[in-house]
Amino acid sequence: MSSLGNNAQYPVGEHPNWEPPVSNVGIIGWMKQNLFSSRLNTALTFLAIYLLYTVIPPVVQWVILDADWVGSSKADCTGEGACWVYINVWWKQIMYGRYPDAELWRVQTAYVLGLVGLIPLMIPNFPKKKWISAYLLFLFPFMAYILFYGGNLGLTFVETPLWGGLFLTLVIAITGIVASLPLGILLALGRRSNMPVIKTLCILFIEFWRGVPLITVLFMASVMFPLFLPQGVNFDQLLRALIGVALFSAAYMAEVVRGGLQAIPKGQYEAAQALGLSYWKTTFFIIMPQALKLVIPGIVNVFIALFKDTTLVSIIGLFDFLGMIQLVNTNPDWLSFAIEGYVFAAVIFWFFCFGMSRYSQHLEKKLHTGH
Amino acid sequence: MNNSDPALFGSAPPKPSIWNDPFYRSLFFQFSAFVVVVLLGKYLFDNTTENMARQGIASGFGFMGSVSGFDVTSSLVKYSASSTYGQAFLVGLLNTLLVSAVSIFLATMIGFMVGIARLSSNWLIAKMATVYIEVLRNIPLLLQIFFWYFAVLRPLPSPRQSLDLFDMVFVNNRGLYLPAPVFDDLAIWLLIAVVVAIALIIFLTRWAKRKQDETGETFPLFLTSVSLLIGLPLLALLATGFPVHWEMPVLQGFNFRGGLTLIPEFVALTLALSTYTAAFIAEVVRAGIQAVPKGQTEAANALGLRSGVILRQVVIPQAMRVIVPPLTNQYLNLTKNSSLAAAIAYPDLVLIFAGTVLMQTGQAVEIIFITMAVYLLISLSIALFMNWYNKRMMLVER
Repeated sequence: MSSLGNNAQYPVGEHPNWEPPVSNVGIIGWMKQNLFSSRLNTALTFLAIYLLYTVIPPVVQWVILDADWVGSSKADCTGEGACWVYINVWWKQIMYGRYPDAELWRVQTAYVLGLVGLIPLMIPNFPKKKWISAYLLFLFPFMAYILFYGGNLGLTFVETPLWGGLFLTLVIAITGIVASLPLGILLALGRRSNMPVIKTLCILFIEFWRGVPLITVLFMASVMFPLFLPQGVNFDQLLRALIGVALFSAAYMAEVVRGGLQAIPKGQYEAAQALGLSYWKTTFFIIMPQALKLVIPGIVNVFIALFKDTTLVSIIGLFDFLGMIQLVNTNPDWLSFAIEGYVFAAVIFWFFCFGMSRYSQHLEKKLHTGH
Repeated sequence: MNNSDPALFGSAPPKPSIWNDPFYRSLFFQFSAFVVVVLLGKYLFDNTTENMARQGIASGFGFMGSVSGFDVTSSLVKYSASSTYGQAFLVGLLNTLLVSAVSIFLATMIGFMVGIARLSSNWLIAKMATVYIEVLRNIPLLLQIFFWYFAVLRPLPSPRQSLDLFDMVFVNNRGLYLPAPVFDDLAIWLLIAVVVAIALIIFLTRWAKRKQDETGETFPLFLTSVSLLIGLPLLALLATGFPVHWEMPVLQGFNFRGGLTLIPEFVALTLALSTYTAAFIAEVVRAGIQAVPKGQTEAANALGLRSGVILRQVVIPQAMRVIVPPLTNQYLNLTKNSSLAAAIAYPDLVLIFAGTVLMQTGQAVEIIFITMAVYLLISLSIALFMNWYNKRMMLVER
């Protein structure tokens, strides 16, 4: 009201451009708007600050300020804080399990071979992406298998009970996703087929695996698979777990792919039919390239879930990343350092999963072209 | 080739040979798929029966009646080492349902709070909620369970040095001790009062709806329901002279006696399951609230509705339509995830039945079959509920 009065003193069009009030701009204005906009908000802000004050300083103190960073044995941990020497001492076990020292280069080579394929795929507009995906899906698993398992090409044989740590976690998660992709695509096609028998079989398969917890699947893989096989044939524990994980994630993958198939307009099928393409030609040259592009974020999400779920294999006696940390924690010399191990595992898992989920959100935005 | 033949042009298309007829083709494919599945099933079945016969494993469900010979740390029903495997199954199933129900309740509470906090206009609160969600949902659940159990609850002091809250709640490395209500015989009236109150509320809801449909007058349903639900049981308590008292846990010898005891495995599992699932529920709630267009609130405002009515009658019903399907999915996930109990030896269905009973009897096929069937049954009933709800809530469109 008063500003109206003030305006009266200026001739029309000559009102000076005043700065906004100091309390409405800059950091004060921001705080007024975002932290103290009402009585309730002010109370909540103080409550939040108090909460942060009680939590953050002790955590920082424990994790960084009072922590012991260098050393080679438990005796080096003298401070009140975390004992990161734990990670130094057990690094090899946590990363590779009991894989022989002399052969570690094989695992590292496979990591490099995988990254060589993966990094160009993540760069937008990189040429020849189809060939790179083909390399990752078909050639790389084969090379990795030869490198890890050995037994030919002059490589010594490394039996699977020696595999462990983060290495085993990656092996299970990546094998699970690579194996489940083709199976999931077939199941999704079957579920959308108009042949009642095939449709029913696919629905039964998908809903069965989606309805049971992974741990019962792993129990089944470890105790029931040996009964299913004829006498004399035997799988090792890792292969059994891998089959269980692949079947389990194939069901989830099928649902993701089905979502993509449903998003393809009917006109695409009709146009392909009008051109005289057969069912399989329509599927693989017209429908799948479009549908799979749509569901890449969904596939990444399945992979994140699978990556987190691989920790369950420690329950059936495989020593993955978390299983290895559990094993170290039962070492009589390192009994009171459970928290350090869990925090380290949590940080590693978090970076992997958070990074992937960000990547999938980014893809989702990029693929969302706004129809 | 035939299509270009001028003689055929204009007449009906020729009948395709039986190999190219889509109908016979589909029949052939379906039949062969069916045969392959049946043969595979028979192959696995034959192998299994042969293997079991060779290893001397009994088959059938007769073992459910034999004596188990093991004891469990926590049970809702009477159970001892001389009980049968069937009773052990029941104990495991009830423990699974118990931990799921408690965790679902807590996860819903935390999840709704965090989800709403994430949309708060208060920057600090919104950011804290975001950090909570992003941290908890990106760390494997099993790791979180281990953290709560091995890193938080196990190192707690022994019963003699328990941490306590007002000398009523005690926490130590043997578990969590809470005061327990003890009901006398007259407390049956309390139960009757609660049942009567619920029946009255259902009746009132129907009556109020009919009245509003006919006359447009509203009835303060919510306030009446709350006062009925609190008032009637309170009246019953007064009339019967408070037949309920609290039994406090008391330190006797090396451990606490009396009260309600929650074993540390249960506490760790509940904490981990509810905080982990809450992060997912929070995202579901946020998405649901954001899915209600702003125009809905504005239109309701323009009609002159009060803000409470707008929230209850306009925003929440529309948000719930989006929230409920993924929410039931989260409940289902939580129930399936409760099977991780086996990792910290909480006596749930998987640990007792697919673990101990399987080790003792060796009847892997039957036991894994029953265990999976139970989880499938739970999944199926939740899925059926969801379909029913979706049908009920579906927008009626032209």
